[in-house]
Amino acid sequence: MMGAEFVALSLPPILIGICVAVACALPGNFLLLRRQALIGDAISHVVLPGIVVAFLVTGAVATGPMLIGAAGAAIAAVVVIDVIRRLGRIESGAAMGVVFTAMFAAGVLLLERSDTSNVHLDVEHALFGNLESLIWLDATGWASLLDPAALAGLPVELPRMALALLVVALFLFVFWRPLAMSTFDEGFARGMGLRTGPLGLALVVVSAIAAVAAFDAVGSIIVIAMFICPAAAARMMTNRLGRQVAWSAGFAALSAIVGYVLAGYGPLWVGASASVSAAGMIATVSGLILALAAIAGPHRKAVQ
Amino acid sequence: MWADALLLQLGYNATLVTLGAALLGMAAGVAGTFLFLRKRALVSDAISHATLPGVGLAFVVMVALGGDGRALPGLLLGAALSAALGLLCVQWLTARTRLGEDAAIGAVLSVFFGLGVVILTVIQTMNTGRQAGLEGFLLGSTAGMLRGDAILLAASAALVLALVVLLRRPLTLAAFDPGYAQATGWSLARVDLAMMGVVLVVTVVGLKVVGLILIVALLIVPAVTARFWTERADRVVWIAGAVGGVSGYVGAALSAVAPALPTGPIIVLVGFGLFLASLLFSPGRGVLASVLMHRRYQRRVHMRQGLLALAQGQPIFEALTRRLLHRAGLILPDGVATAEGQAAAAKALLDETRWSIVRRDQSFAVAASRYDGLTPIEDVLTQDQLRAVDARIDAPQVVA
Repeated sequence: MMGAEFVALSLPPILIGICVAVACALPGNFLLLRRQALIGDAISHVVLPGIVVAFLVTGAVATGPMLIGAAGAAIAAVVVIDVIRRLGRIESGAAMGVVFTAMFAAGVLLLERSDTSNVHLDVEHALFGNLESLIWLDATGWASLLDPAALAGLPVELPRMALALLVVALFLFVFWRPLAMSTFDEGFARGMGLRTGPLGLALVVVSAIAAVAAFDAVGSIIVIAMFICPAAAARMMTNRLGRQVAWSAGFAALSAIVGYVLAGYGPLWVGASASVSAAGMIATVSGLILALAAIAGPHRKAVQ
Repeated sequence: MWADALLLQLGYNATLVTLGAALLGMAAGVAGTFLFLRKRALVSDAISHATLPGVGLAFVVMVALGGDGRALPGLLLGAALSAALGLLCVQWLTARTRLGEDAAIGAVLSVFFGLGVVILTVIQTMNTGRQAGLEGFLLGSTAGMLRGDAILLAASAALVLALVVLLRRPLTLAAFDPGYAQATGWSLARVDLAMMGVVLVVTVVGLKVVGLILIVALLIVPAVTARFWTERADRVVWIAGAVGGVSGYVGAALSAVAPALPTGPIIVLVGFGLFLASLLFSPGRGVLASVLMHRRYQRRVHMRQGLLALAQGQPIFEALTRRLLHRAGLILPDGVATAEGQAAAAKALLDETRWSIVRRDQSFAVAASRYDGLTPIEDVLTQDQLRAVDARIDAPQVVA
């Protein structure tokens, strides 16, 4: 299991999975504490029309335009939700529900109406992703990790996802104190002269970057699950923000590894021949971790 | 072709499905209103995503028992069971842990959906070869529906609607005035449970028509749309039902013309169109109405300030004020007041003077609170009171 085949077939997806999981889980902590957990859900739905429009404009499945389209759609959705909430004086959850379902519906119809039969772009791919297909054909064994020629053949999703993770981590590192302050006591943060509005928007934008980069590689289920489950489980483990973020990163990485291994090798262990969806299994494992934390975590009860 | 579809000329099955979708839309609109007013709209998103593992497991079980895995009643039963489990998880996480309801919703919907996807991939590897069709539960597909399924759909949609109508009194009470509902003997927890039960049934019936990803829109959009048209509790409910019914009817009819397209997105976009029209054009809360109201207010302020300036002999430079006064025939193009203009200006000045006396006097406190710089004082005080006020206007005094 740990031989050359593992390096070529399983190592890249696992690494990509870890990057995706951690990149989404880190901002997820702050979204959770700010009661904005469902932003991740909304973003991962509205990304679809953005990608479809980018495809229709450029006529090819190219990464750059698609990322721009997706990011544009995510930002447009945030703006439209805010406009509807203010103009109609509607509660933000309902405004969100109206906007993201309508945009997703528009994306699905656009996709079904346009001729995408010769490219790899369909609704199910957008939902489930295809983590298993991100294999490293040039690898011949562990030695390939030191071979520049082979490394050039790594799936492009890996460096891209690593970059997204870096951006997210850097953002949290630089803005840690202001973010923590505005998350726990917005009035105090404003009193200290922090501009909490732009800061909150920046957090949403960084989350959107992580979601969009991840979406392309693994589909939207993992994105939603990783925004919420690891952070929620970590919340049950500690009362300190720094430790919560660390726990959530650990839970996210654990979900990615265990989920991928269970999906890829689990069916073989029970005698079945084919593997099951890795994205779905990673989400399921993160849910199991959350369930364990909710049953036995030391800080699971609400503080009175 | 489209006209045929809207007039139900596309055959018995398509007609049943269209009518069923309309009934379902009405039920969803009404049930969704209660959800929306209790501020729990997105709980339905968790419920709907939680149906997927149930659908998959029901398929596996039915195949294992030697039956047809695609039998709709069995699939819907499985969906209902796992949706109920998902709902319980949301309730438990919210009540027993420190997580907020939004986090509980997100966790349940993503984890159940992920598990459902795992089960779907298991089904794809089973050698039944007839798994096609379960994908229709994601986005809804009514094309080529079997006669029995269409009847089941229309009948259960009618039943849900009847259930909602039956439960409307306690639901309305709990949604608009929870305190009063409790005081009159309703248990809020039970009413909420009934509401969630109705939402769950709507979701399960809607699976095949709208699909589990978008059914949440059918619950939220009509309620939000209806809110633009009225401030009255009972009317919100019925308008939402009508909006949902129209979305379901038109969407399902259009989808009968385009069988290759999933039904759910069409229904949702029809509903969103109604929402958009309401956002823009509804009287009172709509964008257009707000803009018009703002313009009317702006004009009144400019007129009033212009007249006061005339009365005090000050020149007017502001372009909008000049234009408004000129159009009303109160000033000449060069800014000099006409005879009517002088009369109106004198009247405005008298009005302002009377107001200033009223606002200085404590005994007129109630009347003074209605001062906004625009309301004529005759609308607030009686003739007798006005005479009393006028007696206190300082008479011109001779300077010694």
